[in-house]
Amino acid sequence: MGVIHVTDRAGQRHTLEAIEGWRVMEIIRDWGLPIEGLCGGACECATCHVFVSEEWLDKLYPPTEEEEDQLDTVMTRPNSRLSCQILWTPELDGLEVTLAPTGA
Amino acid sequence: MTDHIETDVVIIGAGPVGLFAVFELGLLDIKCHLIDILPKVGGQCAELYPEKPIYDIPGFPMVTGQGLVDNLMAQIEPFHPTFHLNEMVESLESIGTPEAPLFRVKTSENGTTFTCKAVIIAAGGGSFQPKKPPIDNIEAYEGTGVYYAVRKMEMFRNKKVLIVGGGDSALDWTVNLQPIAKRLTLLHRRDAFRAAPHTVEKMRSLVASGDMDLHLGQVTSLKGEAPVLEGAVIRKDDGSEFTIDCDVMLPFFGLTMKLGPIADWGLNLHENVIPVDTEKFETNVPGIFAIGDINTYPGKLKLILSGFHEGALAAQKVHRYVYPEKRLLFQYTTSSTSLQKKLGVAA
Repeated sequence: MGVIHVTDRAGQRHTLEAIEGWRVMEIIRDWGLPIEGLCGGACECATCHVFVSEEWLDKLYPPTEEEEDQLDTVMTRPNSRLSCQILWTPELDGLEVTLAPTGA
Repeated sequence: MTDHIETDVVIIGAGPVGLFAVFELGLLDIKCHLIDILPKVGGQCAELYPEKPIYDIPGFPMVTGQGLVDNLMAQIEPFHPTFHLNEMVESLESIGTPEAPLFRVKTSENGTTFTCKAVIIAAGGGSFQPKKPPIDNIEAYEGTGVYYAVRKMEMFRNKKVLIVGGGDSALDWTVNLQPIAKRLTLLHRRDAFRAAPHTVEKMRSLVASGDMDLHLGQVTSLKGEAPVLEGAVIRKDDGSEFTIDCDVMLPFFGLTMKLGPIADWGLNLHENVIPVDTEKFETNVPGIFAIGDINTYPGKLKLILSGFHEGALAAQKVHRYVYPEKRLLFQYTTSSTSLQKKLGVAA
């Protein structure tokens, strides 16, 4: 068991209990934070876009071509990722992400 | 000229749940028309994940989004539903009574109007609409300098056109508008494109011959006194910024879902979904039903499976509105000759 820290669009930081094998999008959604996840995690909509804190970027698997394709449809920053493509494992205990603005 | 159609039921949304509702209504001799904003049937299944496998449809260990839609179309074929695609329902007006509902439904694209005894909203997450890039004040330029679709190419003749995106729409319009534009620039986040290879090749040859420009980066703000667009400020990956002069910008970022006009139909809403009862999946307005992902009730699960169940129950109540004088007998398709005749499988 571990946690992730999520900063919402109002700038408030939430510490959420994470479950191994769940996607970060699912953890955020399960705790009721406003993440759209329109396609349900199929990497087809980019509505679960988050900004990952610099210090965590290298600890994640790099985005697949499929994820890059979806990131093309939003306004990205160098630390943009789709939270449905980040599988939570204990190595990601303490992961820091920020929800991207709606539509971004 | 405005078309006017009289029918029993109008179904809003031609995704899997709307399609299966046709089947359940058809078994009860109820005729329907379906309206969808997309140019094809299948809703989210066909638009977002046509090739992705779905594993929780009863009787299908695995089926793709498009496979499920194709099968549903075959299943409802005996009932000959009429589809109105590329149309968005703009208004829904009640012109009957709670005991004998009657509705007037109007679409925006070509102004078709419908009169019907019941409406089933099966609109999933709402209607698919173009994704708008989150740029400050972009709305002020919409319709004059910013367009999310090309309706008439002539509008862009002799204009400085900026196209943003890296998919098929962006690349197709790049090669189509380049010959008539004064100058065309394509802007994309990275130097890889997910459009048809021959279109990408054509774009690259136009860039190589100096007939158009390609830049990598993202628009951060727009220039010009609204509604007149004069340019776009671009941020590159390294953080540096530059400006591209343009009269029009065409962002092609794909589609997203918005509730749209549904919010104005006098229905109770709870966080962009429509509360219904669990006996007949009717909304607070008698005769208007909501099934599938667009509804909510205690215990709601957003599953295609749930939407099928909801459609079956809604159909029972719709029957009472369409045939108030008839008693509804519950029958099974396995044993009822009458149902099998409707399906075209019994003599």
